[in-house]
Amino acid sequence: MRIFKLLVAAMLCLPALAGAQAVVKVGIANDLSGPFAALGAEARDGFNLAIKQLGGKLGGQPAEFIQTDMGGNPEQARQLVNRYIQRDKIDFFTGPIGSNVALAVGPVLFAAKIPYLSNNPGPSQLAGEQCNDYWFGSSYQNDAIHEAAGKVAADKGFKKAFIIAPDYPAGKDALTGFKLGYKLAPIQELYTKLGQIDYAAEIAQIRDAKPEAVYIFLPGGMGINFVKQFVAAGLNGSIKLIGPGFSADEDVIAAVGEPMIGMFNTAQWAHDLDNARNKQFVQAFAKEYNNRYPSMYAAQAYDVIMAIDAAVKAVNGQVADKPAVLAALKKADFGSVRGNFKYGPNNYPIQAYYVRVIEKNAEGKVTNKLVGTVFDAYQDVYASQCKK
Amino acid sequence: MSTTLIVEQLLNGLQFGLMLFLIAAGLTLVFGILDILNLAHGSLYMAGAYVAAQAMQISQSFWAAVLLAVMVTALAGLCLELALIRRLVRRDHLAQVLGTFAIVLIANDLVRLIWGPAPLMMSLPAQLNGPVRLSAELMYPAYRLLIIGVGVVVAAGLYIFIGKTKVGALIRAAASNRQMASLMGVRVSWLFLGVFVLGAMLAALAGAMLAPVTAIQSGMGEQVIVLVLVCIVIGGLGSIRGALVGALLVGFVDTAGRAFLPSVLKLVFTPAVASTVGPTLAAILIYVLMAGVLVVRPSGLFGVRL
Repeated sequence: MRIFKLLVAAMLCLPALAGAQAVVKVGIANDLSGPFAALGAEARDGFNLAIKQLGGKLGGQPAEFIQTDMGGNPEQARQLVNRYIQRDKIDFFTGPIGSNVALAVGPVLFAAKIPYLSNNPGPSQLAGEQCNDYWFGSSYQNDAIHEAAGKVAADKGFKKAFIIAPDYPAGKDALTGFKLGYKLAPIQELYTKLGQIDYAAEIAQIRDAKPEAVYIFLPGGMGINFVKQFVAAGLNGSIKLIGPGFSADEDVIAAVGEPMIGMFNTAQWAHDLDNARNKQFVQAFAKEYNNRYPSMYAAQAYDVIMAIDAAVKAVNGQVADKPAVLAALKKADFGSVRGNFKYGPNNYPIQAYYVRVIEKNAEGKVTNKLVGTVFDAYQDVYASQCKK
Repeated sequence: MSTTLIVEQLLNGLQFGLMLFLIAAGLTLVFGILDILNLAHGSLYMAGAYVAAQAMQISQSFWAAVLLAVMVTALAGLCLELALIRRLVRRDHLAQVLGTFAIVLIANDLVRLIWGPAPLMMSLPAQLNGPVRLSAELMYPAYRLLIIGVGVVVAAGLYIFIGKTKVGALIRAAASNRQMASLMGVRVSWLFLGVFVLGAMLAALAGAMLAPVTAIQSGMGEQVIVLVLVCIVIGGLGSIRGALVGALLVGFVDTAGRAFLPSVLKLVFTPAVASTVGPTLAAILIYVLMAGVLVVRPSGLFGVRL
């Protein structure tokens, strides 16, 4: 009887052991509801396209992608990450759109030694003193896109800029970054509540301040509502809108339409960026999803899955060997859709940033067009504070 | 700071306050007459917004969308009253809160099921999608003027209905003493049903009117219901006039906080401190107002009972 029990126990344990080695698990905390819902949906489409192209495998190994919605809520995301770590035993983590969520779940993941590849947020905290080997700010450092936008505003000769962002970590980073690139002092700097949808009070202040340009960092639904209300207030004729790429991306354009034409925005990627990998991605994306252009969120999410795939391949599926996995990830040798880039000492990319403008293209579609390079190889200012 | 800016911000405060009033009026009526705190009132507001957006997409007629939203939500309110609220009236407050909160959770998941988790956007009719010149300096979005107009008309209509008609007299009677009213021959169960459906229609009207200027999403009801509760606590539970004053106060104070507080703080503190403290303080300003009112008048400004 005892032998029988032992046998049963062994039979139950063995597949579990074998399974733990063979299946690479990626925990994805999606933003499918809440303040970043529209962006989370874009990211999900990017993840799913990459997963489909890889046939559901990573580095040729069987893989499992666990996707759960956490509604942009840091507390809910933390609970989800604990579940991913303890119950699902994930090997990689990605997914959140907001910097506040990244900062909330980061420490939990780092303590559990699980690599976190960011498909979007790049908070300054994790770029400087709190930098970590298990964190990869794979997309960009928050300030960088804003700094590029500030430089564009200065280059275009706008002397009076009004700048506005939500009151949360990435909002502060955004306006700090903009001022760094702009060099002049903005005529007014305004922080609003995160997730705010009515901007009547702020738009009245903009009208009163009579700026030449307004810089908005209002991701997702916030930006859509702001631009709609800005147009309804009749300000788009006299004041130029400038934004980071994600405030003027395909999701916002789809919701707002023609009034956005002429808006300048900066990004580390564009759907018309000229490289083979990107062309293949944009084509496949359009085919998969209703003939639409991918947004930055989709491109970044796609890159994250491809980066994990390359790393798993490099370590021959031995994902338990953490130092080897980290070293492989750090090489960033996966053929990014933004072209090749290198990681700095703080695991943030050293890469080019571009300026795009919203136009009606030859097919009559309102979309972004790449018009220039702002930085060739930009490294964030926090990299030197990172001592590991 | 110019007078134009101040006028524009006053209009913004008025618009926000009037919409809060539409929701608060229904909630406070239901509380005053049925003696039940209906947390699901926010869900009726959400229902109004969703139905309006959907109807607008199909019909392309704004007024048809608003009308349909009000009708469909009235029907939902009718079913809710008959199926649940009627039974909860006889139970204690804990059961009422739990029962109506269950409706909130069900409603949130129901809209996710039907329309998905991503927020909906409702487009504006073209003739309203621009500014109107009010004076040489001041341009104001046409749609927001319409919201103000609708708010004023409905508030006046409610005032006449409650204050001057026979049904209104019955409602006031039932609100001040339910038992006495029923002993005097008022058909309380019909009155309850009517008031609840009226509340649902007002909430739906607010939802439909605000739908084009907000993101229509699951959970939008709770966001607004917290503000609305502040309005009726300030105004006094059960009082329509209190709801109006409370809603306008909250509308003005919230807008003024967002608009003027940072610049006022800059006079006192350094810009860095002002820009950090300003938004935080603006966000809690209405709660400070509520606490202040409660200290001076524990039953609210026009409270009929504690």
